[in-house]
Amino acid sequence: MLVSGTIATRTTVRLSNAVVRFAGDSGDGMQLAGDQFTTQSAMAGNDLATLPDFPAEIRAPAGTLAGVSSFQLHFSDQDIHTPGDAPDVLVAMNPAALMKHLESLKPGGTLIVNSDAFGDRNLTKAGYEANPLEDDALTDYQVHEVQITTLTLRALEGHIERGELNKKEAERCKNMLALGLVSWMFSRPIDETETWLQTKFASKPDVADANITALRAGRNYGETTEAFVFTYEVKPAKLPPGRYRNITGNQAVAYGLIAASVRSGLPLFYGSYPITPASDILHELAKQKHFDVSTFQAEDEIAAIGSVIGAAFGGSLAVTASSGPGIALKTEAMGLALVMELPLIVVNVQRGGPSTGLPTKTEQSDLLQILHGRNGEAPIPVVAASSPSDGFDAAIEAARIALTYRTPVVLLSDGYLANSAEPWNLPDVDSLPDLTEVFAFTTEPNGPDGEFLPYLRDPETLARPWALPGTAGLEHRIGGLEKEADTGHISYEAGNHHAQTLLRHERVQRIADDLPPLEVEDPSGDAQILLVGWGSTEGPIRAACHEVRQKGIPVARIHLRHLSPLPNDLDDLLKAYPQVLCPENNMGQLAMHLRARTLVDVQTYDRVTGQPFSSSELVEAIEALVTEVPA
Amino acid sequence: MTTNDAKLTKKDFTSDREVRWCPGCGDYAILATVQTLLADAGARPESTVFVSGIGCSSRFPYYMDTYGIHSIHGRAPAVATGLAIARPDLDVWVITGDGDGLSIGGNHLMHALRRNVNLNILLFNNEIYGLTKGQYSPTSPLGSKHKSTPMGSLDRSINPVSLALGVEATYVARSIDTDRQHLTEAISGAYEHRGASFVEIYQNCNVFNDGAFMALKAPDQKEHNQIRLRQGEPITFGPDNERAVVAEPDGSMSFMDTREAGDRVVVHDAHREEPTTAFALSRLSHNPTGPTPIGIFRDVERPVYDDMLRDQVQEAVDTKGEGQLTDLLSSGNVWDVED
Repeated sequence: MLVSGTIATRTTVRLSNAVVRFAGDSGDGMQLAGDQFTTQSAMAGNDLATLPDFPAEIRAPAGTLAGVSSFQLHFSDQDIHTPGDAPDVLVAMNPAALMKHLESLKPGGTLIVNSDAFGDRNLTKAGYEANPLEDDALTDYQVHEVQITTLTLRALEGHIERGELNKKEAERCKNMLALGLVSWMFSRPIDETETWLQTKFASKPDVADANITALRAGRNYGETTEAFVFTYEVKPAKLPPGRYRNITGNQAVAYGLIAASVRSGLPLFYGSYPITPASDILHELAKQKHFDVSTFQAEDEIAAIGSVIGAAFGGSLAVTASSGPGIALKTEAMGLALVMELPLIVVNVQRGGPSTGLPTKTEQSDLLQILHGRNGEAPIPVVAASSPSDGFDAAIEAARIALTYRTPVVLLSDGYLANSAEPWNLPDVDSLPDLTEVFAFTTEPNGPDGEFLPYLRDPETLARPWALPGTAGLEHRIGGLEKEADTGHISYEAGNHHAQTLLRHERVQRIADDLPPLEVEDPSGDAQILLVGWGSTEGPIRAACHEVRQKGIPVARIHLRHLSPLPNDLDDLLKAYPQVLCPENNMGQLAMHLRARTLVDVQTYDRVTGQPFSSSELVEAIEALVTEVPA
Repeated sequence: MTTNDAKLTKKDFTSDREVRWCPGCGDYAILATVQTLLADAGARPESTVFVSGIGCSSRFPYYMDTYGIHSIHGRAPAVATGLAIARPDLDVWVITGDGDGLSIGGNHLMHALRRNVNLNILLFNNEIYGLTKGQYSPTSPLGSKHKSTPMGSLDRSINPVSLALGVEATYVARSIDTDRQHLTEAISGAYEHRGASFVEIYQNCNVFNDGAFMALKAPDQKEHNQIRLRQGEPITFGPDNERAVVAEPDGSMSFMDTREAGDRVVVHDAHREEPTTAFALSRLSHNPTGPTPIGIFRDVERPVYDDMLRDQVQEAVDTKGEGQLTDLLSSGNVWDVED
């Protein structure tokens, strides 16, 4: 990571990139500190990727391993795609945070510990028999013991004396002191954070002032103490020109849905039931009602998708979102939407399973559930977002397919994408797809004798008419029972059921005819190994490919946006490489699907830790595969 | 959207589908009543949507020449809620039964009612599962012997009107499939009411549970057992109005000889804001095997969920202006990268 710099009493070292992790108790405000450090990095022009990691419990017992919450930020003067494998700097606010995160700190890395929190009680809760600050447990690291709590209280003595806040409230500002210190270490101005604090605590000026005082105290501590010999600087990244902002996956999906609503001219209806990690989409959309957005917090997951079916029947761009357990509940209604052939979107922000599983952790293990988990022959198109900002484009693509083909579409995201942030090069709004071109409401009867045939299909897309209640002459009744062709009347006739089943498959398959060719990343053109990925693993896969190519191993990779139907050119591509590796955050679900569909012997690389996998692990997996390549 | 104002008839609300309920089913009478009253009330087929779940009653939408959704078991109130929110211009009806609406879909029914979504909910109560051929339902009396309960059912039944009043539904009525005039009144009231209206209809299943409502329908019994609720009138019943409903000190109600009751007779007021009195009335019978109130229990005005939801959208537009995508995308901290 060292690029240049000379050592003096206080030297600024230029780094190409750095990974910083803030770790502390759930109540220590680590997510907030991390968020603000992210904003500072973005404003400094770095490329970045974040990894928030927090317990499912709102407040797990203080000081325990279960209660540790962390936020990791990778920032760089280069284009980066992962939140980084191992931190260069670890801030540990208590023994539990140290116990949980020390092993991932790079050898020789910088460790800042809040020594005030290393009393016997906390040490015992974290499982330390001896104080690691007092033995040789930390000799491999550059350790900075900082009395973060004491310094915070001292900085806020005046506030406490004036009765503006009590000791406990003052202590809560210690995350800002830590942030001030880290901001100083990385030569970051803190004005943005001060402005943000003033806005956040606008109604509590005393609290705003205390936090700002603590922030400044942290920075001043770095500047005046002799303990820190180095400060660091990461120059702006050379990103493509444009206007940027940071965005999380959930935010990007919400914005994408709004964009699809604006670009289709349809009002957005969002019905959902709160569930981690999807709820932030609801929160975001509820703030944007002025885009003609209706948000409905339903009584349960089934009601949520039920309401969406009703709204779609009424002519809205209708969307629901959930995570695995909620999707399981929506399954029957997804089948109804499929046979009613109504355009709607089901977002699945996947989390660790099975059952309640790991609510706040990431996984890609709902793929087969989404592809196959419905009663009957029930094909539904599936698209996946591959990075936080990609949620925007993926949502628009889901809407395009839903509206063009009159079908429910599943948009897959996951817990990592949902909460992680990255810089987003804002698109030109006018360049977004014009979705008014892909559908039109039917207003006139389409049958021979002026009758309306709700299942008379477009010969090309096989889409059925979308005729809205309120249109005289097009009254029709549809539901979950099998339908006769064209009329949509109930039919139990054997031949008809077979024909309708084939037709529903064909309708989804035809979507593939409309997809652009897959983009293959194979810079040398002589790769013998193809990596196939989908969803949030794109960052680690891309980084791993880059790394093995540096080592002289040519590898190719493709990343699938569309998981159902699979792209038409996928089959030939898989067969063009002697080895195909499919890295996934599950037990090989896409690999299984690809094997079944192509008969290619797709290898799996599976990790289900609840965390995005590290690119270095993947590098080893690719290298292991190389040794197997026949000469 | 095209409309014309010509006077419509029952025929205009009748679809070309053959009605396939069992001969003698109470559903026929309800269907005919609804088709006629919609025409008479000036409803438009194109602006009318019937949403149903699963069960015998839920085939209803296929026989109406309106828009319709035959959805999945128990979920009709949820589907209808989404439609009502999206489309204030429509009359949205929910057709459900005692199994669909009170068992598998009990949750959705309760929430649609307490939200006061602008829906007309007709619950056909036949105290039996018909479509699955004769298992006891949530309204079957305790001890009912049916296919799945040869030794008698063990769970106490739900009183649908009590349930609706318990969640403070704003329009709650009860009627009988074959009483054309009374049924028309109860459903017309639901149609006129803005907000969630709930009508429980005692409906005879002549195949699996014939005669469940004989106490209210048999010529020699009905006068003794139908307690007709009439707005503003003392609640009395019997061939010579010889029995009266009186309030007890503990808030419940009971029956008494009208002559002895004097001024203790309860005077019916469906417009009372507080649902307690209506609830006490609904407790006079649990299953309709004896004296049972029939009529409009509650009819009050309260803000309507979907109206308020749309008002919030309008308020957001009024205060923030119509949303602009460019502003949305560049909200928060942005920075520019130059060439």
